[in-house]
Amino acid sequence: MSEVIVFFFAAAIILVGAVGVVVARNPVHSALFLVQTLFGVAIIFLIQDANFLAAVQIMVYAGAIVILFLFVIMLLGVDSAEELDVDPIAGQRPLAVVLGAALLGVGLTVVLVAAKGITGARATAGGEHALDNGLSDVERIGRVLFTEYVFAFEATAALLTIAVIGAVVLTRRAAAADMLPDREPASFELPPLAPAIDEEEEH
Amino acid sequence: MILALDPLYLTNIGLAVVLIALLKVVLAFAIVLVAVLFMVWFERKVIADMQHRIGPNIAGPWGLFQTLADGLKLLMKEDLVPEHSNRFVFKLAPFLAIVPAFLTFAIIPIGGNFESKGGSVRIFGYDTYLQVADPPIGILLFLAMSSIAVYGVMLAGWSSGSKFPLLGSVRASAQMVSYEAALGLSVLAVILQTGSLSTHEMVADQAAGGFLGFIPNWNIIVTGFVPFLIFLIAGTAELNRPPFDLVEAEQELVGGFHTEYSSFRFAIFFLAEYLNTINMSAIIVTLFLGGPSGPVLIEGIDWAWGILWFLVKLFVFLFAFVWFRATLPRFRYDQLMDLGWKLLIPLSLGWFLFLAALNIGNDRGWNPGVVVGVTIVGGFAGGALLMAAIRTARTERISQEVDAHG
Repeated sequence: MSEVIVFFFAAAIILVGAVGVVVARNPVHSALFLVQTLFGVAIIFLIQDANFLAAVQIMVYAGAIVILFLFVIMLLGVDSAEELDVDPIAGQRPLAVVLGAALLGVGLTVVLVAAKGITGARATAGGEHALDNGLSDVERIGRVLFTEYVFAFEATAALLTIAVIGAVVLTRRAAAADMLPDREPASFELPPLAPAIDEEEEH
Repeated sequence: MILALDPLYLTNIGLAVVLIALLKVVLAFAIVLVAVLFMVWFERKVIADMQHRIGPNIAGPWGLFQTLADGLKLLMKEDLVPEHSNRFVFKLAPFLAIVPAFLTFAIIPIGGNFESKGGSVRIFGYDTYLQVADPPIGILLFLAMSSIAVYGVMLAGWSSGSKFPLLGSVRASAQMVSYEAALGLSVLAVILQTGSLSTHEMVADQAAGGFLGFIPNWNIIVTGFVPFLIFLIAGTAELNRPPFDLVEAEQELVGGFHTEYSSFRFAIFFLAEYLNTINMSAIIVTLFLGGPSGPVLIEGIDWAWGILWFLVKLFVFLFAFVWFRATLPRFRYDQLMDLGWKLLIPLSLGWFLFLAALNIGNDRGWNPGVVVGVTIVGGFAGGALLMAAIRTARTERISQEVDAHG
């Protein structure tokens, strides 16, 4: 019972956040709504006993990725409300409506037709990674990651490293001469001093 | 559910249990607020002493109520919201700073008899831990909250709609995100040693026995001092405290991200800052110095000893943070980034691999001397490669700039 209450609470948080991301006119507000959605998903993870996933959800998505979004928004100066009345690509909006409806249709079809398949039965069916084999969720994730999926795991790590190095190499070119600050002149020439005031004249 | 690690929740959950849980929350809240009042006074007094001044001495005995008076003054000041600010975010930001700080305190064990009762105490006939919550993710909650705390600083600076706060907040978020990596890697060393994320387990693990009977089994020794040092440095940077206080460098940025804040909202930022200092000291004590574990000297009041040991250890780090501020000059921005990315992160990663190799060697029965030797050779090779890469990049950059200038 309590699980159902928490689920509806979390679902409300997620949905409000998700709608907010799309509807908000200010990009920073959109990013904040995204954080709200991520927190809602973390709550859903928590009520499923996936404690580690909940923590990682907050640390990685809310704590790193959205922070990066905010960095880009702030540094590029697109933090003012967007002009939404002008359509930059012709026919974008009707197409978006059609594709969105199609996606919703496919999703509903999968859920309704294949409802029997989506019971989570395979995940809990026993064997080495059964949900109730006494290990904590951290240990289970660790074991699966470093045994069964170790190749995919290492490949992902290598891919991310390559992406980082590539970004640094591609963006860090030598500064063009006109972009560098002017060098300080080797010697300063002091401006001429103000004429000395003759104190005797003032009296 | 593995949530119920605390013996309090293993009994039938009735009204009494709920009331005890509520009592713990309220007490933690009160303790934290009083601790902040004390910490602000303590910092001003110690710094004054180090600078041959007297410091606050008017309000109350030894000026103890000065912070209270300052707080009341802030409450009564006019509340300003700048014209060009983003009003909603401007009002939201202080709360994004304070809530993570309060939540972090919830996972810190502040007492308990770790000698004979497994870290629990008896309240009103119920055994319980002296910490608000002991979630299975434990120390990850601290890391998650410290990454959420970035939002408060970042949004405060952005929403103020003025340039000094924006510069301050960009500096702050870059600094906090950079040092989080080193912080997390040094926490990993402790997790590797304990084999659990729970803060209570960490303390219990350090309390159990000791090498030769008299040297404590603390993680500061067990993990070989390096993670502790890295955690202390990265923690200071994460707190934006001197010598890493570029965020609010008065000479450059007026007041940094909270320049435009006044009255109660400024008070909340101030509270969050000192709360984070206390939290960080408490986390260091929990991770590396055995938390509230220590000998029970008089049997009758066994609950009091844990709290006493915890406070003594906590006090050392509170003093250290004040001492840093009084002693060390501020870093330059490029020095800050160099220290974080080129020294602390590689060092903590290397040390973590070393500890992992030692652990595996123990399990497999390898010769520890060989393991240490191979790790030292590997560490030197890795360090030399890293230094060569940094040096090549630097000389190349300089030569390109010289070319560009002709």
